[in-house]
This record gives sequence, structure tokens and C-alpha cells, in this order.
Amino acid sequence: MLKFKTYLCPDTIEEALEHNKGRANVVLGGTGWLKMGDRSWNTAIDLKHLGLDQIEETDDAFRVGAMVTLRQLEIHPGLDTYTCGAMRESVRHIVGVQFRNCATVGGTLWGRYGFSDVLTCLMVLSADVVLAKGGAVPLTEFAAMKPDDDILTHLVIRKIPLRMAYASFRNTETDLPTLTAAVASVPGGLRAAIGARPARAERVEAEGETALLSAVSNLSYGSNTRGGGDYRRHLAGVLTRRCLEQLRGGEYE
Amino acid sequence: MILKLSLNGRPISADIPADQSLLDFLRAQGCYSVKRGCETSNCGLCTVWLDGAPVLSCNMPAVRAMGRSVTTLEGVRAQAEEFGGYLADQGGDQCGFCNPGLIMNVLAMERELTDPTEADIDEYLAGNLCRCTGFVSQKRAILAWLKRGDKE
Amino acid sequence: MKPVSELRVVNQPIRKKDYHALVTGQPVYTEDLAPRDCLVVKLLRSPHASALVKEIDVTRAKKVPGVACVLTWRDVPQLRYTQAGQSYPEGSPYDRYILDRRLRYVGDPVAIVAAESADAAERAIRLIKVTYEVQEPVLDFRTALDHPNIVHPEEDWKILYEQGSQVERNLICHEESADGDVEAVLADCDAVVEQTYHTVSDNQAMMETFRAYSYLDAYGRLNIVPSTQIAFHVRRIIANALGIPKSKVRVIRPRIGGGFGAKQTVEAEPYPAIVTWLTGRPAMIVYDREETTTCGCPRHEMEISIRICANRDGHIRAIHMHTLSNGGAYGEHSTTTVGLSGHKAISLYGALEAYRFDADVVYTNLQPAGAFRGFGATQGIFALESAVDELAHRLSLDPAWIRERNQVRQGQVMPSYFGEVNTSCTLDRCLERVKEMIGWGEKYPRRTLPNGHIRAVGLAMAMQGSAISGIDVGGATLKLGDEGFVNLLIGAADMGTGCDTTLAQIAAEALELDVDKVVTAQVDTDSSPYDSGSYASSTAFLSGGAVYRCALELIEKIKTEACHQKGWRPEDVEYHDALVEHLPTGQTLTLSELAYVAECGGGDVPSCTAHYTCPNSPPPFMAGAAEIDLDPETGKVTVVEYDAVVDCGTPLNPNLARVQTEGGLVQGIGMALTENARYLPSGALIERNLLQYKIPTRLDIGEIHVEFAPSYEEQGPYGAKSIGEIVIDTPCPAIANAVENACGVRIRELPITAEKVWRGMHPELV
Repeated sequence: MLKFKTYLCPDTIEEALEHNKGRANVVLGGTGWLKMGDRSWNTAIDLKHLGLDQIEETDDAFRVGAMVTLRQLEIHPGLDTYTCGAMRESVRHIVGVQFRNCATVGGTLWGRYGFSDVLTCLMVLSADVVLAKGGAVPLTEFAAMKPDDDILTHLVIRKIPLRMAYASFRNTETDLPTLTAAVASVPGGLRAAIGARPARAERVEAEGETALLSAVSNLSYGSNTRGGGDYRRHLAGVLTRRCLEQLRGGEYE
Repeated sequence: MILKLSLNGRPISADIPADQSLLDFLRAQGCYSVKRGCETSNCGLCTVWLDGAPVLSCNMPAVRAMGRSVTTLEGVRAQAEEFGGYLADQGGDQCGFCNPGLIMNVLAMERELTDPTEADIDEYLAGNLCRCTGFVSQKRAILAWLKRGDKE
Repeated sequence: MKPVSELRVVNQPIRKKDYHALVTGQPVYTEDLAPRDCLVVKLLRSPHASALVKEIDVTRAKKVPGVACVLTWRDVPQLRYTQAGQSYPEGSPYDRYILDRRLRYVGDPVAIVAAESADAAERAIRLIKVTYEVQEPVLDFRTALDHPNIVHPEEDWKILYEQGSQVERNLICHEESADGDVEAVLADCDAVVEQTYHTVSDNQAMMETFRAYSYLDAYGRLNIVPSTQIAFHVRRIIANALGIPKSKVRVIRPRIGGGFGAKQTVEAEPYPAIVTWLTGRPAMIVYDREETTTCGCPRHEMEISIRICANRDGHIRAIHMHTLSNGGAYGEHSTTTVGLSGHKAISLYGALEAYRFDADVVYTNLQPAGAFRGFGATQGIFALESAVDELAHRLSLDPAWIRERNQVRQGQVMPSYFGEVNTSCTLDRCLERVKEMIGWGEKYPRRTLPNGHIRAVGLAMAMQGSAISGIDVGGATLKLGDEGFVNLLIGAADMGTGCDTTLAQIAAEALELDVDKVVTAQVDTDSSPYDSGSYASSTAFLSGGAVYRCALELIEKIKTEACHQKGWRPEDVEYHDALVEHLPTGQTLTLSELAYVAECGGGDVPSCTAHYTCPNSPPPFMAGAAEIDLDPETGKVTVVEYDAVVDCGTPLNPNLARVQTEGGLVQGIGMALTENARYLPSGALIERNLLQYKIPTRLDIGEIHVEFAPSYEEQGPYGAKSIGEIVIDTPCPAIANAVENACGVRIRELPITAEKVWRGMHPELV
């Protein structure tokens, strides 16, 4: 159960930051995961008055507010085209439409969840998160940072030339993933991000396919109830290869 | 705190605990169609509309609906009856416990998707679990209902 | 009885009587109906798999504002009872208290708290101070027998009749049955397959979790409104648990949000009941999903060892099955489920020269098991129908053909089914048709798609029963009302299955009434006729049989009353079309006219009650076939198509029979592929909620096609047999068989996860 004593909707990000000091307070994302925790909070901070619920597309970037829902990511035509369908593919297996209408980009990224499809997908892009205090931080760097009392306001996806593919392996179609993989072809080489290892997504880069597969294989893989470490390593190779095949074909399903 | 919102088209003002879930709030308001089937956002039984979009009411503190419009099955009775007839014609109502959440999402789907394929339908409704029907009769009902205009 | 072709109401696909309330979200379920001032009941549960409550201090908990009572083992009757909903004398051991000092699994209740709000109850629970004396638990059912730790060492443990129990050995029961000399036939056969199969404790996962509320009425009686399949057994069990007269208990059953056997056990009812009895206040408990999943009554985990043999010509001559079943911490339904794993599997094969079945059920310190659709047969059929395929492969025979050669046929005596005669059976047609539907001839065993995926087919047969022979009782009361409508009172439980409608169809057919003129009443133990309840595939067959008999009696009473009113002679009248005709004159008396006169200074307002019990339990049969897609690189198995043909006798309502089948098949697909139950070393369940326990979504099931091949069962109403349980039995073996046909890997332990298949394909990695 999500428990808190007071609920605030600050009108400015400064006000939000002020309230977010101290460990007893929490910024609300979609609260789907938050409510499964056991702790109670003093103050719940809702960013809904800060205008963070839009995806703005310009010639060179997508600027995604922290309160944008996963469903918005899923159905945004610009993102769909730019990511060759990968954005939608990474989101559409997450529980159901009603869940994705609640879950937010900010909440998803702030949690830095190991099983996060979204984090895996975004990680092969050239993306930054914008923190109210910390400013723009590359997503790969942000993912490794410990949660603090800063507030994530935006995700910025820079439109570098890119082709990409996304694949996940799940025991049921809407289960948490056993493994996630995103692969992108960018100027100068290839990138892959592998998540749900079960640790959070990590990115590797290589010039050629063989080297990329080798780098993927060299990541660490662990066991949990959804699969053994060696099985995950194997799946990572299979999914990466399938993504590469999709890139070569220039198509996606 | 005082929550003001529109519930099924009626303005409501209620003094509620700050962390009361929208689901508990709605049941307390007499909207008994809204059911709880899990604590992990998996079942879809508590689906309602927030400003017309289907959301999980278990997932949301009621205060976040401040100033917005919430619709439950009680607010769309005529449409529920119409689609429900198609469901009953297949025997797909069964125990009924998942029906309100399913129907809310089916009605939202019809608004949101144009000419959905069977695969589109399954994907849109994947967050609505049902343990009685195996989903097949629901699919038959939905397909027949979507084609209801064709006959005339 | 009329032939099926002449039926007007039965065998028609009419809507369920309660559909309108269900699709418009009316408040018709337990939680919706409870008084608003109900105390909220919550339980403190054991964190240990085996422990004694050494000390328990509730002083601070009781001081929380809004707390009405905090109960520990000291406050409740120390009377052993069973929660299993079964006819008395129950087969299940009397091995529980409402609260016991000894805790036997992670989740066993330690204390009951009732408060004005959930918040207060939860705060109080956190303030209860317990000192546990933790003991070494018994966590592996394979080593439970003669384990140094005894799950039930108490002296007041009892069982009401002999079933081979040796509680000091953790043995709940032992059974053996045999016909012929199995060892001799095994020694004489060309091929013998000897294998062991394992199924886990799958959860029913009905959408409405366990719940009940209770209150005292004007007469000081304890009224309980539970979500239950077994109203009359609840009355007895609550009286037993509380040590109060059964006359003091009344049970009313509202709409139920699914059961699948889970609600054949009295899980939640005792807690609000004792709170109400002690405080006089209305009280309600609503289990959350995690409690329902971890402290309920899931399917019995079973390990089934099989020896099966055949000659080169495909004649299956002998089967020996041994079942080890995991009862968990308490013995509910343990002694009764295990038999089905043998009797309802072996009896599928009609050409046996010998069979043997023996079984042990043991206690462990894990969640107690209970009843789940299929009730042991599902586990046994998974094992045997897997073994039959293994045998067919050993003999290089088509698995479909070996079944055609050996399947049980109508008219045969079934030695492994208590010597009953197979009175109605179209299993041969079911199998033949399902082969056509799936395209067995073209698709067996496999083909490879351009993308490297393998498509393969597998099939299996199944049988179940129709009620428990000679024990279960169906009941029905019919009352004529003014305007000529009829009240139908039943004790069977419509848990979404639609029996309030199908039973009304039977009454309407017999009384030649429009089905809308038959009004089915909600179950109330004060007014409904006795009925064992809705379990063991009994309702259509047995309660339906009672309704039919009741309707015939009512017709006689109507004729008598007509004669009384009109001065006609009994031999001159005939009942038809909702009226009584005086044949010599052609005069008629409608039901409406008759009822009005009877109700106003007339004679006898026609009403009657009938019960039905059947000395045997005619099995429904079916064949199911799966086409799977196997991704050889990941091991992932996806059902592309599942076809099934069912012989449930006459389908009382073809729509509802079809939905039963589709729903059961999808539960079976979940059991086969994704539903798992594993435990941590502490004895806590890992798959404890719907995030971890993965039931199928609509994206996980493939195309499902269902057809019927009805036989006509003379002992059932209008030829009907059961359908509720059998439908879950074929997917596990059919899919396992398809997997072997796809890639040569035989999975003998459910569920068939992608990782298991992948490891099977790469034995070098193990």
C-alpha cells in the first residue's frame, strides 16, 4: 500500500525541490511500483502542475517530460518512426494499457529498475535526463547513479542518425522480462543494451557485429526466479543477433 | 483533505485521507462495480476512466484525480448494457467479477482504436485478466459488438 | 425423457439469468453486500514454517483506538475440525483449530484482530508481540514420510474413518487397489516404460479472493455470507470450529467471483464468524491476493511414478501408478484427491489385463493443499498421458493410434473405476474428430518453418466423474406461485458457471414452461433444500437430476390439485404446456388459474422437494490436441492452436458448456506452461501474487476450438453428464507430448518453461 500523510502539488520546480529534501518525502511517478513497497512517506509530491506531461519534438531532439506516460511513448508517431518501432515494442508488453496510462517516464527512469524495458530501449539512443539540480546527465551515467533528492524533469533524446531494434524475452507476454535487448546502428558503429540480466541495463559498443556479440556475452548475468544466469547469457546472444538481423533487413515486426 | 472531482458527470466533494486509493474512494462513493483483484496492478478489475482514459484505480491516490473527471461503469450504464448483452449471448459474463473492468476497457478501446484487428484487441485488453472464460467468448462478443452497426 | 432433438429449453444457448446484474456492475458480491459498519478482520500470520507460540502479548494491540478484539489461541475453542467442504463424515482429518499454538506453515494464523478500520487493525497487528520457538520444518514431500519432525504430533488429531493414516510418520493416508497380476503382465510385455512425473501446487487464482462477513440476526443466530461453493458444509464446519449447535448457524451465498474448487474449503469464514460470535458485531474479512495465493488451498503437488507396458502390436496390457501427494500442513481434501490421480487416468484404457494403483499423501510444513478443478485427475492424466506417448515412441507407433487401439469404450466394465460400467461414452468420436480439427495426419509429428521455429502437435485424452458415487446429494425444491411461475430453490452454487440458469432450464423443460417463469433463488441454508454443494463435477448431473425428479413430482401435485379444484378424476387428466387438461371434456386449467385458486381458500399450493444421489459416477470424456510453436533457440513454447472435443452427455446449455471448456483449457495451458509454485528455503512461497504467479493473459493462448460429441447418459437429466472439471485435464500432457514431438525433449516436471526445454535440448550444459 502506498502510504503518505500529506500530498502537495508544487507550482514550481524550486518548490518541489524544497519539499523533496529529506528521505521521508517522495516524488510520485505512476505509483505502480511505489505502492508495492512497504514504507510510508511523509509527503507525496505530485509534479502535475509543472507542465511535464508533453513530448515535444524538434528538428534535432525529442524532449519528454517526466510526467509523460508510457502509453504516450508507445503511441507517439515521431518516436515510433525515429526508433524504427523499437520504442513501441519496448513498452507494449508492460502489463496493459491501463497500467501504461498511469506509469510515467520519470517514475520508470528514477527507479532504475533492472527489469526496465524502457531503460534498455533508451540506453542505445543518445539520451540525457535533465535533473532539476544536476542539469543534463547522459542516461547511461544517470542509470548508475544512486537515487538522491534531485528531481528528474525531462528526458531528451537527441536525433542522431540511427536505426534500431528492440527485443525482449518473457515467460508470458506481459510478464516482467527475463531479458531485454536493444541494438542500434549509429555513425561509427553499433550499440547494444542488455537489461533484466537481472541487473539493470548496461550498454556496450562495438564496430562490428561479431565484436558486439562478444561484448554482450561478456556482460555479467545472474539468476533469479525467471531464469538462470547461463540461460540469460544465451538469450542475450540470441536477442542481440535477432535485433542485428532486423537492422540489416531494415524492417521490424 | 478535500477532494473535488467529477464522478460520472456529477460534481463530488469529499473529505478523504490523503493517501486513499482511487479504488477505495470510488467504492466508498457507492461505485461497487470497481473491484480489487490484486495488489500488483496485474488484474485490471479496477479499471476506470480518468478524463476518458482507462487507468487502474488501485494504482492511483484519489487526490491525483483532483479537478478531473472520473467515470466508472455506473456512469456508462447504457453502453455497458449494450455490450453486456453481446457478452451474455456468448455466456462470456461467467462469474462477472472481471466484467466491469473489462467493459470499461472495451469501451475505451472502441473510442481509441479504429478498425482494430483481433491482435490489436488482444493487445489492448491484455491487462484485463479473467480466470473463468479463457477469453475466447469475450473475443467473440467483442467482434460481434464492434460489427453491430454493419447489420443496419 | 424426451430425445435431445425435441428439447425446447434444455440444450438451448440462452443467456444466464444473472447476466444483467453482472455486466452492469451491480453490488451482488460478498464485499458489496456487507453492512457498512462491519468490523474489519485481519490476521497475524506466522513467518515460520514450523514454530510454537511461546509467548504472545496483545496488551498494546488491544489499546489501539478502534480495536474491538484481539484473539489468540487462548481465546478460541480448542476443537479439532477440518475446513474441507465434504459430506459428513468427512474424509479429511480433523487437524486444525481456528488458532493453534503450533504453527505449521508460513502464513498459519497466529492472531485475529477486529477493528473499526483496516488501518487500526493493521496497526494492532504490528503491536502484537510474539515469541516463537522455531522448529526445523519438513519442506520436501519426498522426505516427509518418517521424517524426524512430525507435522501433527498433537494427541487430539483424528480422522473419522480408517484410511491408512499414520500421523506419527507424517502419513495422512495410504491407499491401494489392483486388478490382475501387474508384475506378471509387465514381465511378459514387449515394451515397458517406467518414468516419474511431477506437478506443482497450482493456484486457482479466481478473480474474487477469499472473503466472508457475518452478523447476528434477531434470533441471536450467527449468519454468514461467504463467497463459497458449499453453503451447507460451511454451516457444519463453522459449528464444529466454534463448538456451537448447527441450528445456530445460517449461511447465505451471494454471487461468487469464481471458485474452481478453492471455495470448496472454508478458508476465510471462521475468522469473522468467531469475532461476531464473541463480540456480537458484524465482521468481515477480505483476503488480499497474496493471502489467497499463499494461505489458501492450491492443487496438491504430486510425484507420480508409472510403469506401463504394451506389446509390439500396440496393446497396452498393464499400468502401475504410484502417487506421492503433498498435503501440506493440513489434510484438507488430501485423502480424496489422491485416488483420482489413479482411477481417472488408468480407466481411460479399456484393454488392460492388470492394473495397480497405490498412493501416499504426506504432511509437510508448506501451504495446505485443497481442491482445484480436476482434483487429482489432472495430475494423474498428465503423468499417464505423457507415459502413453513415451510408450508409443518406444514402439514406433503413432500416439493417436495407440490410444484408438486401447481407449475405453461404452459398455465396458472399468475395474480401475470401482468396477463401474461405462454407461455412456463417445471417447472414440472425440479422438477421431480432434485429430481432424488439428490436422493430425498432415502435422504429426513436426515441421520446421522458414524462420527455424518448429511446429508440432500432441494430444491427450481425459475423463472425470459426475459427482461422488453414493455420497453426494443434489437437492431441489419447486414451488408454484401465482400467475403460474415457479420458484426453484437449490443448494448448488452458481460460481459463474451458470447453474442457476441451467438448472432452471431443466425445470422449465420438464414443466413445459418458459425459462423466465422459473425463478432461481439464492442459496440459503435456512430455506434451500440440502445439497452437498458445487464440487466434484456434481451440479449439472446430480443437482440437475434432483431438479428433474422434483419437476416430475410437482406435475403430479399440480394434477392432484387440479382434480381437487375441478372434481376431475386423476386418470382423466394430463399435464402439458403449463396447464392441466381434462381429457374427456377438453377442459383446461392453466397453472395461473390453479395457483390463484389454491392460494385463496383452495387446497394444496403445489410444492415439493426432491433429492438425488447416484450409485455410480458416469464419466465425461474428452480428447484435446495442441499445435505448438517451439523456438529452438530459446526453448519457448507457444500454443498456436488448441482443439478439444468433449463428451459431456447432453450439453444443458451449449454456450455455457463451451465457455466451461474454453476456460478450463486456458487454465490447463497456464498449468502446462507458466504457472509455478516454488518455495524459499524458509518455506515461503515465491509465486505469491499475480506479478509472480503467471496465469495466462489473452495474448498467451493461441486459437481455441471446442466441439461436442454428446453421448446420452440415462442417469443424468436429459442425458447430461458433468463438464466443469474434465476440461482442465488435457493441455498439460498434450503440450508436453507436442514438445517431445517437436524437439525430442520430454519434460516430466511442470510447468514446461522455455528454460527447461532449452536445457533439455542442450544436455551438455547441465
